[in-house]
Amino acid sequence: MITIENLHVRFGKVHAVRGISFTVPAGSSFGIVGESGSGKSTVLRALSGLNDDWTGAMRIKGTALAPGRGKDFFRRVQMVFQDPYGSLHPRQTVDRALSEPLVVHGMDDHEARILRALSEVALPASVRFRYPHQLSGGQRQRVAVARALMAEPEVLLLDEPTSALDVSVQAEVLNLLADLQERRGLTYVLVSHNLAVVAHLCPVVGVMQGGEMVEIVSRDDLRAGRTVHPHTTELRRLSTELEEA
Amino acid sequence: MRVEIENLTIAFPTATGISHAVRGVSLDLGNEKLGIVGESGSGKSLTARSILKLLPRSAQITADKLSFDGIDVLTASESAMRAIRGKRAGLILQDPKYSLNPVMTAGDQIAESWRMHRKGSAREAREATMDLLAQVKINDPARVFGAYPHELSGGMGQRVMIAMMLAPDPELLIADEPTSALDATVQAEILRLMEDLVARRGMSLILISHDLPLVSHFCDRVAVMYAGRIVEQLGAGELAQAHHPYTRGLLDCMPALSQPKSRLPVMTRDPAWLL
Repeated sequence: MITIENLHVRFGKVHAVRGISFTVPAGSSFGIVGESGSGKSTVLRALSGLNDDWTGAMRIKGTALAPGRGKDFFRRVQMVFQDPYGSLHPRQTVDRALSEPLVVHGMDDHEARILRALSEVALPASVRFRYPHQLSGGQRQRVAVARALMAEPEVLLLDEPTSALDVSVQAEVLNLLADLQERRGLTYVLVSHNLAVVAHLCPVVGVMQGGEMVEIVSRDDLRAGRTVHPHTTELRRLSTELEEA
Repeated sequence: MRVEIENLTIAFPTATGISHAVRGVSLDLGNEKLGIVGESGSGKSLTARSILKLLPRSAQITADKLSFDGIDVLTASESAMRAIRGKRAGLILQDPKYSLNPVMTAGDQIAESWRMHRKGSAREAREATMDLLAQVKINDPARVFGAYPHELSGGMGQRVMIAMMLAPDPELLIADEPTSALDATVQAEILRLMEDLVARRGMSLILISHDLPLVSHFCDRVAVMYAGRIVEQLGAGELAQAHHPYTRGLLDCMPALSQPKSRLPVMTRDPAWLL
């Protein structure tokens, strides 16, 4: 579904992403972990079309992506950001936020689609005319996911979707993402600094450090400790150390 | 040094009536590392800040007892509190980006804190600052001394914050989510540093966090808060024996690397926990 080959991103003199490659089969998930500044979000932004300054090759469903994407691309590929309070317009109701993609992509039957989207992310219909500040953090992130689903995408790019949430709410959102993937056959690319979250949702995980993808490891190998690169081993150690406490 | 809290209640007036943020919390802290864990809005930060009387102006605070080393915090004057804040009890906040002065160099901020409480010359302050920077394991103290906060990484900024809090040689350190904004590797370093400093200086520590495994790994004792109350207190390493359903729920709903879960258990909140 998604193929990335030898992707480079530069910001002036800073070489933020240094030739990374990976593929994601349709209906599967690929996780990217790394620390701040490792370039993990930059990969996602280049893939999503938010940053056109890249070199290399990216293909979605066999179609090569060029800088300046068509409208159809932005329907098929949607993004969910870390902080739902920052990514939802504070003066627009949930209804307005969910209508916008429908208007942009000229889709019909707004009423039914909005109600269906709300029920799909397990929100009561009563939140439809509320503003973001009237919702809890978890509800807001559900709205952000619902908004991404409005245009019936095939790919969801998730940038730290649960980092701003309490662990109990994180569990609900992760379950929701797993359910949606199963129901709609979505393909996910999930970026997070939390190894346990990434391994929970993705069968394959890429570890980034200093702009390079230093290791691509399967979830099972990661769980069993069959890691090759020292950075992966270190991240795994820090993650399991606390679990054993 | 001993902190005693008995039946602490903190309430805020709202448009629809009084909202109780902390409801009857009792804690006794000696020379130890105490963790306070809870979700957003559980009252963990308010409880810790009440010791320094650093609460929003509208807060209505009552307690049978709230004392810092025998000083009654509830009746203490502002000047008596100023003698505690910073000097005898330091507060480290989550994000160094917001808690450091952006237009003052790191070294000047630490030196200011030192001179304020120790009353020495500028040169002595500078020497003390260099020493403090070395104590928080900064490799190049001279560079960091002259650097502005935006020139420092998150981990470095947090080290500067810690150095500043250590300058007056406090007896108690309150760390409110000190590592939540940091990467896992940096988080481990900062916690190790704090552990080392606390042990070496014989300080008491209150560590506030939403991360239960992290806190229980690090502290002697953990108080779990839910909706303004302490629902359970656990000793270090007793996490596995936690019996309150809320504590169990917090532990179960986290994805774990070592034990795969096909689906994460979701917490069902029993209204009885609120009573």
